[in-house]
Amino acid sequence: MFEEFKWLPDQASTVAPEVDMLMLFIVVVTVFITALVTVLTLGFAVAFRRKSESYIPAPWFGCIPLEIGWTLIPVGICLVMFSWGVKVYSNIVIPPADAMEIYAVGRQWMWKIQHPEGQREINALHVPIGRPVKVTLTSEDVIHCFSIPAFRVKQDVVPGRYSSLWFQATKAGTYQLFCSEYCGTEHSRMIGKVIVMEEADYQKWLSEGAESGQALQGRKLYTKLQCVTCHTGNAEAKAPNLEGIYRKHIPISHIDGVKIKDGTKVFADDSYIRESILYPNAKVAAGWESIMPTYQGLVTEEELLQVIAYIKALNQGQTPPRTEETPTPATIQNKNPNKEVN
Amino acid sequence: MATVGLESKTFEKFADVVGHDDDLNYLNHDHSVLSWLFTLDHKRIGLLYLVTITLMFLLGGALAGAIRLELLTPKGDFLTADTYNKAFTAHGIIMLFFFLIPSIPAVLGNFLVPLMIGAKDVAFPRLNLFSYYLYFAGSVIALTALLLGGVDTGWTFYTPFSSTYSNSYVIVMAVGLFVVGFSSILTGLNFIITVHRMRCPGLTWFRLPLFIWGIYATSVVQLLGTPVIAVTLGLLGVERTLGVGIFDPRLGGDPILFQHLFWFYSHPAVYIMILPSLGVTSEVIATFSRKNVFGYHIIAFSSIAIAVFGFIVWAHHMFTTGISPYAAMVFSLLTFSVAIPSGIKVFSWLATMYGGSISFGTPMIYAFGFLGLFTIGGMTGLFLSTLGTDIHLHDTYFIVAHFHYIMVGGAIMGYMAAIHYWWPKMTGRLYSEFWGKLSAGITFIGFNFTFFPQFILGYLGMPRRYYEYPDEFQVLNVFSTAGATILAVGYLMPLVYMPYSFFFGEKANSNPYGGSTLEWTNTTSPPSPHNFEKTPVVTEEPYHYHAKEAAVVSH
Repeated sequence: MFEEFKWLPDQASTVAPEVDMLMLFIVVVTVFITALVTVLTLGFAVAFRRKSESYIPAPWFGCIPLEIGWTLIPVGICLVMFSWGVKVYSNIVIPPADAMEIYAVGRQWMWKIQHPEGQREINALHVPIGRPVKVTLTSEDVIHCFSIPAFRVKQDVVPGRYSSLWFQATKAGTYQLFCSEYCGTEHSRMIGKVIVMEEADYQKWLSEGAESGQALQGRKLYTKLQCVTCHTGNAEAKAPNLEGIYRKHIPISHIDGVKIKDGTKVFADDSYIRESILYPNAKVAAGWESIMPTYQGLVTEEELLQVIAYIKALNQGQTPPRTEETPTPATIQNKNPNKEVN
Repeated sequence: MATVGLESKTFEKFADVVGHDDDLNYLNHDHSVLSWLFTLDHKRIGLLYLVTITLMFLLGGALAGAIRLELLTPKGDFLTADTYNKAFTAHGIIMLFFFLIPSIPAVLGNFLVPLMIGAKDVAFPRLNLFSYYLYFAGSVIALTALLLGGVDTGWTFYTPFSSTYSNSYVIVMAVGLFVVGFSSILTGLNFIITVHRMRCPGLTWFRLPLFIWGIYATSVVQLLGTPVIAVTLGLLGVERTLGVGIFDPRLGGDPILFQHLFWFYSHPAVYIMILPSLGVTSEVIATFSRKNVFGYHIIAFSSIAIAVFGFIVWAHHMFTTGISPYAAMVFSLLTFSVAIPSGIKVFSWLATMYGGSISFGTPMIYAFGFLGLFTIGGMTGLFLSTLGTDIHLHDTYFIVAHFHYIMVGGAIMGYMAAIHYWWPKMTGRLYSEFWGKLSAGITFIGFNFTFFPQFILGYLGMPRRYYEYPDEFQVLNVFSTAGATILAVGYLMPLVYMPYSFFFGEKANSNPYGGSTLEWTNTTSPPSPHNFEKTPVVTEEPYHYHAKEAAVVSH
């Protein structure tokens, strides 16, 4: 019990020392103020203890300079903490543009992780040292929270939407990955390990037993789920061309079936693509009719991530031709739940 | 018996020490059970609450004991995982909704508001009794939910776990909370109107005791905040039973919406728990320092400021949910704004003690304990308002320690100070000062022993609501459990010496501590059924010790 004990958590990411420095600052300030209050309380209690039952002390109603002092000094201290906190927070939440991307899906009670290269793992996350890593997160059921104390990062994992966190590991080793949002019976067993490796070891690990890449899995789904039937990328298309749309601003014409102002655009990020697959009617690309069926219940969260990875990688002229293995989506057309949009 | 009374030049007084032992009072004028169960007397209703919430506190405390026992070892060995989850859920719900929220407002607010403002009763005595029975009915429904098999959602009821995935008695519990919520709303309403309409002649707003300011601010929060949680639980029930999509994304709902609605009430609820304790501390420090409260107006306004700011900081519970970083920054800044009036209060109390004539009765010892624990609780709040550190500390044991320092350290120490301070008035008896001070000391030490290690656990990264935990966290958990046993002794001691005092304690005179407010200067201990012989008339600010000649009064 004592051998594993330590007073300070591992410090294994670029933001960890920043968080700890801010933490130290607040510890120093608060310990000072607490000590001041304690000393004054005990000091006054002794110095002004009742010496005579008949003594009535002189009143003291207020003292403007003193009151201004104990209002403005705390305001100043709070503003310093706030600003410093915002600075550190910005570093925690804004990922560098060149971060490598990993996907994680939480479910009761495990973490399922996919690397773009195709590696998949459960309750383990292998990452290289010294490279920024962005983890895109979603949940299949309830809210979870992806938390790595050694990196000082934490992000709730919410069903029905994507969230993300990023870190850059600085020290090789194995660290705890916790679910820190209560999620039911085995919440406390929804624990994984983060394994930080040297770049060479990481590349070696990636090549071992990897299935085909995530985008390639997505390409298979793109034909299997009949996406290619309408999103053909050529003149026969019944739906917008998806080549190169990722992280572009796309003009849209309808939101939830309601016509909106011309020229409105939406940013085609992971969340937009996900929404368009599950709720095609939510934001309809300008110039197209809302004929797409919903894929709710037909595609898992992991498959969605694979399709998105594929759309992300899809460049000009790369949409695959429709093949005989992907017949006209009669089943889907029959159960089209979308109402006609005017 | 020699004791200190204050010769009042102010109030229309009718004796130096009011009343005699054999007077008819609110306790002995009718002994029948029905006279208690159907009483419209605010003092008796206060005592009904006292008995009921004490039982709830014992139940909540027993559950806390079970939780700490389980956490003694890293493996799950005492309870099953589901039982553990139900235990911490029940602990949270009982302690918050059935003990802390009604504690000072329902027990002492009921007993004291009319006495302190020179009124015969609250504005609506029947509504007051109805509020008690709503509380009672809510408790019965909640206990039914526990007996049926309990609830495993955590007291926060986060969706979609609570609305779709949990297989426990969420609806029954939600109904219980809905009902008890109305008890809180109606009590708040009653007090607001009582304070507005029933102050005795001369008792202007700025002559009110600071306890009344605290209760008034609390009542406003109860009245404005509680309907939101009632509606939220209603929506949760509609989704869970009828499948209407509100919070579950599979039904087109938004799980984060629930958190916004939930915390819009539940953050201000923290101020329902702490504001009355702040009021109590002002009273106790003034009386035991025999001095006016420094910066009376500022303290009164800071209670109102805390109540108002309390409504605009809720999203600081949600910094890791993925809310917009700009929203997070705004809520972080607003959260710091709560620190300022809280700090002003603490410094003003110190200035009240400065130059005073301080005696160390049991209530004062509890108030010192309050000051220490509230300061640590408030200071650790700064780590959580600061965005850069909150991300790491959120949902860890740091949070658990922080809110226990505020809500258990602060609110319960304040409650204990209040019970000990007004006990002679409520019962006409004195309790043992020796046991009182000992229990205050043990509670303070046991509390710090229990919860301080949890700050370190949180910084090390231990998530809250964990039934099992990695081995490296065991040492501090053992400390915490050991401290909890000391804390339990501190809390259990008053349950022995207070009832003993009720039956066998030395008789108290009308003002054993030399208090300056109306309940001490103008009523007997215990008060007569209709409170005052003659409606008091107030001609000056409270705590005017210096305007009076001290006199040793014998009787």
